[in-house]
Amino acid sequence: MSELTDPAIGVDLDFPSGGFSFDNVHRNALIERHISSHPSSSHYPDHHSSSSSANRVVLPLATKTGTTIVGVVYRDGVVLGADTRSTNDATVADKNCEKIHYIAPNIYCCGAGTAADTEKTTELISSQMELLRLNTGDRQSRVVASCTLLKRMLFRYQGYVSAALVLGGCDVDGPHLYQIYPHGSTGKLPYTTMGSGSLAAMAIFESDYRDDMDEVDALGLVRRAILAGIYNDLGSGSNVDTCVIRTDGTVIMGRNDIMPNEVGPIRERVNRSDALNMRPGTTAVLDDAYVGSGGRNGGTMMVGGVSLADVTVTAMET
Amino acid sequence: MMFSQPMMSHQLTADADAYAGKSAETRHLKPGELSTGTTIMAVSFDGGVVLCADSRVSTGSYVANRASDKIAQLHDHIWCCRSGSAADTQALTDYVRHFLAQLAVETGRLPEVKVAAHLMRRLCYQNKDNLMAGVIVGGWDPVCGGTVYNIPVGGACIPMPFALGGSGSTFIYGLVDAEYRENMTKDEALALVRKAVSHAMARDGSSGGIIRTVVATEEGNVRDYVSGNALPYGPAGW
Repeated sequence: MSELTDPAIGVDLDFPSGGFSFDNVHRNALIERHISSHPSSSHYPDHHSSSSSANRVVLPLATKTGTTIVGVVYRDGVVLGADTRSTNDATVADKNCEKIHYIAPNIYCCGAGTAADTEKTTELISSQMELLRLNTGDRQSRVVASCTLLKRMLFRYQGYVSAALVLGGCDVDGPHLYQIYPHGSTGKLPYTTMGSGSLAAMAIFESDYRDDMDEVDALGLVRRAILAGIYNDLGSGSNVDTCVIRTDGTVIMGRNDIMPNEVGPIRERVNRSDALNMRPGTTAVLDDAYVGSGGRNGGTMMVGGVSLADVTVTAMET
Repeated sequence: MMFSQPMMSHQLTADADAYAGKSAETRHLKPGELSTGTTIMAVSFDGGVVLCADSRVSTGSYVANRASDKIAQLHDHIWCCRSGSAADTQALTDYVRHFLAQLAVETGRLPEVKVAAHLMRRLCYQNKDNLMAGVIVGGWDPVCGGTVYNIPVGGACIPMPFALGGSGSTFIYGLVDAEYRENMTKDEALALVRKAVSHAMARDGSSGGIIRTVVATEEGNVRDYVSGNALPYGPAGW
């Protein structure tokens, strides 16, 4: 134990150690069990008071990316694709989130599952890959190395880190595409889909994939696969993100490549009343007729019973 | 509660309860875990072994990978067929491959299939509470020639002239018992495993795809596959 953290010395600087912490998992399980057995002492609003499971307490759910993510290998590279919807139960938590994560300059990774887990897992591996490059003096990371680091970490957490990944990139051995499941199993494939929309996307791939496609065809296939997920899967939606990684080392990030759910033009087309179209700072004029206390008097404006015509204006003596 | 069900001694009752409603084969798996609901087999012949596997990997009723490779290389002439949890068996083979590579460097000679099998057995037995893995280790070494070891789920390690494994194996035990003969040639062994696994794939819903084979001999290893539409036995019109 270092002298900085030794409690006998009385100094505890409490450095954050990094990585994943599961401290709250045990606590949450205890809270859930406690509340379920003593419903009267519940600190949580009871959502199910009318249903038969009145005592069942539901703890807040993690934000999951009910997702469509895909990847395809083509003649000179890999194309990755993702939708941009992030959900919290049945609510859309983010309409335009990013699911294609950076691992290395030549490697990117699509994530499905718990949003926080996919984000942090890819960040962690990305940092390990950069340190590996610096330590070994390599110019380029290998895709299989990041696949191995990811699968070892996910296996260590026995599926509790909920990250289903599509890993793609190009290195000295050419283009590579891997699927990685939350429990730590991996597969190397020419095309793959993951997430709740994987069935819809795989239907497109299984009918239209061909070996040795060119970039235009591969990108078109990925776009159609993601659109299939957006349209046919409730957990997926909003826009299509794409990422092309070529064997020559160039990367094209297609953020919001297709926006089939843009509401701007639709909003413009709606004919609303002028009252709803007022610019900020303006006030509606409801009536331009002035009615003084004396009312209208033969066309002369009256203020407090005195005609404005009777008032003479004199300069003030100063 | 499912106390009426026969359970293996290491199986926790909580586990059986938590994932109730699945088939006996997939009850051990955590929700969403990938299973190589599988047909695997290995047959030794004079001078080597033939290893054979289907290619289906499933999550519940969805085929997660229809062309996977369940035959993993452990050393130059030593291979293994994986069944059970895909994640567990991949981690196991990675460990055994690492230990064998170390051993080969330290001893300066080719490791024996026996050593590979007992490394695998040790990991499977010592971690039996956390693993769901049935493995067949097979290969050629200069001491024993072609050898096959079966390592079923509990972590036993049994040398066999031939071994079957996975959910599909139950359908073809009779077939293989009837057709297996001692001192088969390489081609006879290949024909047997292809015929047997194609029959298992036809009857077992968790097995399918293509048939992959590896022939491991002193001369080297020969990988091959039979496409799903060219199987020796299968649904008509495929």
